[in-house]
Formats: sequence, C-alpha cells, structure tokens
Amino acid sequence: MTEKTSGDLRLTGVTKTYDGFTAVDQLDLVIPRGSFFALLGPSGCGKTTTLRMVAGLDQPTIGQIWIGDRDITGTKAYQRNVNTVFQSYALFPHLSIIDNVAFGLRRRKISDHKAKAMEALELVQLAHIAKKKPGQLSGGMQQRVALARAIVNRPDVLLLDEPLGALDLKLRRQMQIELKMIQSEVGLTFVHVTHDQEEAMTMADTIAVMNSGRLEQVGDPATLYEHPKSTFVANFLGQSNLLEATVKSRAGSIAELDVHGVNLRLPVDRLANGTSAVWLGVRPEKLRLVAPGSTHDQTGDGNRLTGVVADASFTGLATNYLVRLPWGQELMVVQQNDGTPRVTAGTQVTLGWAPEHGFALDANQDAHAGAQDQADDSGAA
Amino acid sequence: MLRPRRTRPNYTPYLLLLPGLAWLVVFFVVPTLSLASQSLQTGNVETGYALTWHFQTYVDALSQFWPHFTRSIFFAGTATVLTLLLAYPLAYFIAQKVGRWKNFLLVLVIAPFFTSFLIRTLAWQTILTDNGPVAGLARSTHFTDLLQWVHLTNNDSLMNSRFAVICGLTYNFLPFMILPLYANLERLDHSLIEAAGDLYATPIKTFWKVTWPLSLPGVVGGTLLTFIPAAGDFINSRLLGNTQTVMIGQVIDSEFLRVQDYSTAAALSFVLMFIIVVIVAVYVRRAGTEELL
Amino acid sequence: MRWIRAHLVAIAGLLVMAYLLLPNIVVIVFSFNKPNGNYNYQWQRFSVDAWTNPCGTPGICDSLGLSLRIGFIATLVSTILGTMVAFAVGRHRFRGRSSTNLLIFLPMATPEVVMGSSLLTLFIAMGIAPGTITILIAHILFCLSFVVVTVKSRIASLDPRLEQAAADLFANPFQAFVRVTLPLVAPGIAAGALLAFSLSFDDYIITNFNASPSSVTFPMFVWGAAQRGTPVQINVIGTVMFLSALVLVAAGQLISNRRARAAA
Repeated sequence: MTEKTSGDLRLTGVTKTYDGFTAVDQLDLVIPRGSFFALLGPSGCGKTTTLRMVAGLDQPTIGQIWIGDRDITGTKAYQRNVNTVFQSYALFPHLSIIDNVAFGLRRRKISDHKAKAMEALELVQLAHIAKKKPGQLSGGMQQRVALARAIVNRPDVLLLDEPLGALDLKLRRQMQIELKMIQSEVGLTFVHVTHDQEEAMTMADTIAVMNSGRLEQVGDPATLYEHPKSTFVANFLGQSNLLEATVKSRAGSIAELDVHGVNLRLPVDRLANGTSAVWLGVRPEKLRLVAPGSTHDQTGDGNRLTGVVADASFTGLATNYLVRLPWGQELMVVQQNDGTPRVTAGTQVTLGWAPEHGFALDANQDAHAGAQDQADDSGAA
Repeated sequence: MLRPRRTRPNYTPYLLLLPGLAWLVVFFVVPTLSLASQSLQTGNVETGYALTWHFQTYVDALSQFWPHFTRSIFFAGTATVLTLLLAYPLAYFIAQKVGRWKNFLLVLVIAPFFTSFLIRTLAWQTILTDNGPVAGLARSTHFTDLLQWVHLTNNDSLMNSRFAVICGLTYNFLPFMILPLYANLERLDHSLIEAAGDLYATPIKTFWKVTWPLSLPGVVGGTLLTFIPAAGDFINSRLLGNTQTVMIGQVIDSEFLRVQDYSTAAALSFVLMFIIVVIVAVYVRRAGTEELL
Repeated sequence: MRWIRAHLVAIAGLLVMAYLLLPNIVVIVFSFNKPNGNYNYQWQRFSVDAWTNPCGTPGICDSLGLSLRIGFIATLVSTILGTMVAFAVGRHRFRGRSSTNLLIFLPMATPEVVMGSSLLTLFIAMGIAPGTITILIAHILFCLSFVVVTVKSRIASLDPRLEQAAADLFANPFQAFVRVTLPLVAPGIAAGALLAFSLSFDDYIITNFNASPSSVTFPMFVWGAAQRGTPVQINVIGTVMFLSALVLVAAGQLISNRRARAAA
C-alpha cells in the first residue's frame, strides 16, 4: 500500500494560507535521515501547521514535500510512511493498549502484528499493561503508548507534536532522555515540535527556530545559542542582554564599539560587514560580577561595565542578578553557585566579560523579539 | 511547480442527507403545505374540495373556538410552570447530591417514560377517584376546598376536573423537563457555588445569582419540550377532564375525524402552530439562548 | 427543623420522584385487581387472573403484536436515516446546514395533532388508504428528528483527533469510520434507537389519524378500552412494559458505565 521511501525529508517552498492569513511562509528545510530534529518556536509560529502538512493531515497551499526522491505532497495521511505522536496522545479509548499499538500494523496487513506490538511496548517498558484500556493509564503512560504506537510502524519520519507538554517537570525530564535514547536505538528520523527551548536543546541534533511562519535560523543547539543570527533567536533561546552600540573602528581582528560612552570590544568576525549601529549581545552566564574589594576579579583586559545591583535571587544552582547600568538599562547576570561570595542589592559592582563571548546583531531588529516574558524588559535598552 | 492546489468538492454530506431529508420533505413539508392549502379550500368530503382562498374559514374557526385556544395555552402554560417547579429540585438533587446513586435514580426517572403513557394517564383516574385515599386526604385537609375556590375542581370531585387535567399534563411531561435540566446541572461546576459562598452569598442568593442563570439553557430546552406538545395535547383532557376542559387538540381531532370539516380543522391547526411559533420565538429571544439547536 | 432545611432539596427531589412513580405503582398494584364491573378504578380483591390470562381480552395481543412490528420497522428505518443525517450535519460543512438543522427541528416542535392531520390530508390527496403502511410512514417521520438530535450530540462529543490518528496510522476513510468512529458513536445510535422505539410504541395521536379499523395498535386499543371498559390485562401489559423498560435502561447504564470506567 505505501512504498518504502527513505532518505532525507525535504520541504521546498511550503506555504500554507488560511483565508488571507499566512501560517507558513515559503519554508525551505532539509531534515537529514536518522537525525533528531526540533522545530522550535512560540505558539502561532507555524510549527504545528508544518508538522501536520508533513503528516498529511493538512495540504500545503503551495510547495512540495519530499522523502528521499519521492514527492509525497499530494498523498493522503494514510498513504504516507509518516506517523505522529499527538499532543493529546489520541489513544483509541475503545481499544486495549496492545490493539492501539497494533492498529497501524493491522491496517498494513502485517502478519505478526501482535509480536511486533509487544516488542514496541517493551521498548517503552509498558509490556505489562498490554491488556488495559487507555482510560486506566496515567498521562505519562499514555504518552509512552502513543510513542510505541507510532514507532512500531518504523516510519520514514516520526513526528512528535509537543508530546511532553502535559507532563510534570520531573517526568518531562525523564522522558526527554528516554526519547533521545530510543531515537538513537531505533535510528528513525524524529521531528519534534516544541515551544520549550530547553527541551529542544536537550534532545535535538539540529534545531530550526520558526517565527510567524518563517525560519529564523537552523543549526545545532550550540551554534544557535552562541551565534544567534537574529534578536529573536537570541531572546528565544535562553536569555540575552542586548546593548545599543555603534561601531567606532575595526582595527585588525578587534572592533571597538561605543556603548553609552563606554568603550567595548568585539572580535571583527562576529560583526557583519558595513554595519555601524548594532545590538551588542552577551549571555547572562558569560558576565562575571565583581564586588569592590573582591579578590576574585578574573576579567583581565576584557570588557567592563559598572552598575548597581537592583535584584539578587538565589535559585540554588546559581544566583540571578539584575544590575542597573548608569543609563537605566538592567542587565541579567547568572552567577553559578561556585563559592563566589554573593552580592546583595544596592551594591556597586563591576561586570566583566571576554570580548569573544559577545555577539552583534543588526540594530534595526526588534530588541524584544522572541523574549519569552514581554513584561520583563530587562536585557535591552 | 509552485501552484496552489485545488480541492475536490465533497459530495459526502449531500449523499448522507438525501434519504432522511427526502423523507422529511415528502412527509412533513409537503403535508404542511397541503394543510395550508386545505385550510383555504371549501367543500366537503362527498363533493370534494376546491381551492377558493376562503379566508373566512379562519375567521369562523377563531370566533367559534378561541376559548379553546386560550384554555389550551393556559393549561399548557400552567403545566409547564408546575413541571419546572417540580423537575428542578429533582434534577438538581440527582445531578449534585446523590453521587453513586445517580444512575439508579436516572433509571427510575427514564423508565416510566418508556411505558405506555395512555395506561399511566388512566392510572390517574384511579388515583384521583372520589372514593380513593388521595381524594379523602385532600378533602380532610381542605385542599379540595382551596381548589374549588379557584375553580379547578368539578364540584366536589378531583376527578374530571381542570385540576386533574393539569395534574396529568404536568405528570406526563416531567421527564421532558427533568432530562434537559439534569444534563445541564450535571455539568455545573460545584466550585462556582463554593466560590459564591466564599464571597458571602447566602444559599438563596447563590441560587439566584449563580445556579439559575447557568442552568437557563436547560430550563429553556425543558420548557420548550414541555410547552409545545402540551399545547396540542388532548389525551389528558379527554381522559381526565370534562366538557368544560376541551382543549384545542381535541377540537382539531374531532373536526377532522368526526365532523370531517377538513378546512376548519386545517385552519385551526395552522393557528395553533402559529401561536406556538410566536410564543416560542418571543420566549427564546427573551431567554437569550437562540442557538439552542 | 434544622434537618429539614439542610435537606430541603433532597426531600423535594424524593417527593417529586414519588409523584413520578405513583401511577406506575398504581398500574402494577391494580394488575392484581379483580374489579366488579368493566372499569378498574376501585380495588375489589386480589387476584392473578389477569396475569394467567394476559391475552384474555379480544384484540389486545393482536394490537400488541402490531405495535411491536411497527415499532421495530420504524426504529430500524428511522435510526438508519437519522444516523446518516446526523453524520452529514454533525461532521461536514455545507451550504444549507442551518436550514437543514431547522427542518430537522420543526417536526419536534409541531403538535402531534397538526402532524397527524397534515399527513392524513396528504394521504387522502394521494389516494392512499389509511392503514399499517401509513402508520409506518408517520412513525418513521416523527422518530427521525429525535434520532438525529440524539446521534448528533454524541458525534459532537467525539474527539476529531482520534480520526486523524487513525488516518496517521494508515487507515483509509472507510477503515477509520468502521474501526474508530462507529464504535465510539454506537452508544448514541443505541440511545436514538431506543428513543425511536418508545416514541413509536407509545404514540396515539398521530397513529389515530392515519389508521384504519383493521390496523389497531396497542395505544389505540387502550384508548378504545378507556371508553368501553378497562380490562385488567391492560395493567398486566403496562407492568410488563415498565419492568422491561427498567431492565433495558439499567442494562444500558451498566454497559455505558463499564465503558466510561475504561475510558476515564
């Protein structure tokens, strides 16, 4: 019924419009076979719509979807070698667990569907509840059954639509690790849709950040994190401090920038050509907080700013500081709990960071784009 | 290569609808239109009928039978109000207060509905009979005197009276009122009532300000399901009433089947339908739940 | 006094319950009566005569048989047609959907006298003689709307993502319908069928308009009996109906409870 296709998943020019509203705009994406790929973005960015188009539950208005060299764009969901783990699990309430898992195999007329289904249940460690009904299981168990039900068919692409959203924190963390292990064990292409950037970075080999129907940036987690190409990515993945800066000179490998009268340095290769007005970005964990009179000053000849601590929150793992600079902007600093003495609010401090830890983004971008908490406008002037 | 794709039109709904809708059109819409036409014809069974647009039929019918119309509306309205008063506590009780016994009580409510209502209405004759215990109790507590004072009884008797007719109507349509109310009250979030209490509302205030407004869709559904058939009913008044309690349904029935004056009967039918539609429209508009359906 | 106030709702509820069940109890009790005259209003003495000879009154069992046959066929046809309409209206968007909804609602809002008489007018105009066939047509008509409403509400509570999951798992539309949708809608269809049967079995007014002397249904028999004299057998049959209804509805509740527990 469905041919076995294999190969990379490719989207070319995929667009989806509803009544004038463009949910997905000219998406070009290649998802390598066997990788764990994440589609990351806030709600409404089009990631779920994209997923549904790959699954065949929606059809693109324009564009094509390929698996390997086979164009699957016009095919229906039940004709594709793609399976989905739904956000609400969508387990069939009237069937037992084993019948749920075997559902896809039976439609394909696979002969030993019972054995294969049990195998899949063992993979998610739920073989003992094969005879029960979905209504008798907890959320975490249902999620694993939904995973088994999709995996057992060994699809070319396995789609996961925010599958961990309904689980509590501990369970979610556990499932993230389990999913990663299962994926490398089984070797299928996983496409994971989520709005949780931490989850995406934990699990995925490659992340595609989406915003308002378009791709912001695609890359591995480290690259996206350390070298964001837009304020959206800088703010959406982790947090960023963005300082208004003008480029004064580019001598050799170091550029000099002026930030409210203070001279700060940045490697030239992190600066786009021809720009003179930029956002100078630095991550909170890269900032070192030095109290006056402290012997822990390791900033050397790096960048320096002085300010006053406006807030200090101890989280166990670290202390989160908000430091107010002379021009009113507040920077976020995350100081790991490594024995460095903590500083209280009101203290005058010096912030330092190595120039190569900074990055620059075009000044005409919105400094608040992608920030998870819009009410908290620390991090940008 | 990058062309928008066209979707094929979906014929499935039309195919599914066809048999059912056809049945409705042929056996409901057409007859109703036929009835309308009949109401404007003149003639009789022997000589046949001709469409003469004889509106006078309506005038004659109304002038002769308007007391029956008002009586039917009165009975149906009274029965509906009484049914609401009786059904609400029961529905509330089952929905909110019984826990495990919910299904058992629901069964007890629904089961009588499935048994012949003619037989049960006949049973009311037994219950209200003059020599029976109910009548005796009513007399000794002077309940009968009270009813007589509001002209609901037939001299001394509870049977063959307005009271009996209203009793029967109320009884017969109770399940129609209980079920929509129950369906609505069952979904009522109990924490809303607790919140009202937390905000200093007495039980009565809580009911008026929280429970009642939220249950309105159920109330409207139930009252419609009760009033509409009650207005056209005649079995209760035939079995439990007397010549003073003749309802419009009886009149239409006899005009059709005994007098065989089809034109008058058709005219009466349409007036009844019209009255009901008007009352329902006004009621639904006022209750604000137009999209019941 | 305190206790009464606290339990006001419960007391009121139970009183109404008693009011609801009173006639049924009277029917059951009086099925064991042996009246002196033709009418069964006064308790004379205990006797099981009527129970040992339920078909004793001429015509009673024939009418019962006719009602059961008509009920069965009317239920079958109206359930099939009504379920189809419910799926069309509940699952698809199409032009004329709200008009269709209105058309389905109208028969429920029409007084039975009006429906019965208008059908009679139609049959006369078409030259069809009243009889079993016309009764059947009329019953299918008024059961249809109730089946549609019942099944429609069940369909509305169905999670559409389940059918998407079925398609995702290689089920074509037909397989998805048979294996997922139908089993989940089945309780609604059963409820609709049950409702249709009871409406058909119990109908007097519309049936009366469209019947002939040779096609006497059970309600018509009871009505006629009420004029001439009420044999005790009527109570016997009424009791049997009540008890079967109790058993049937209780069984239905048990089944849906078991299913609800499994799906909870």
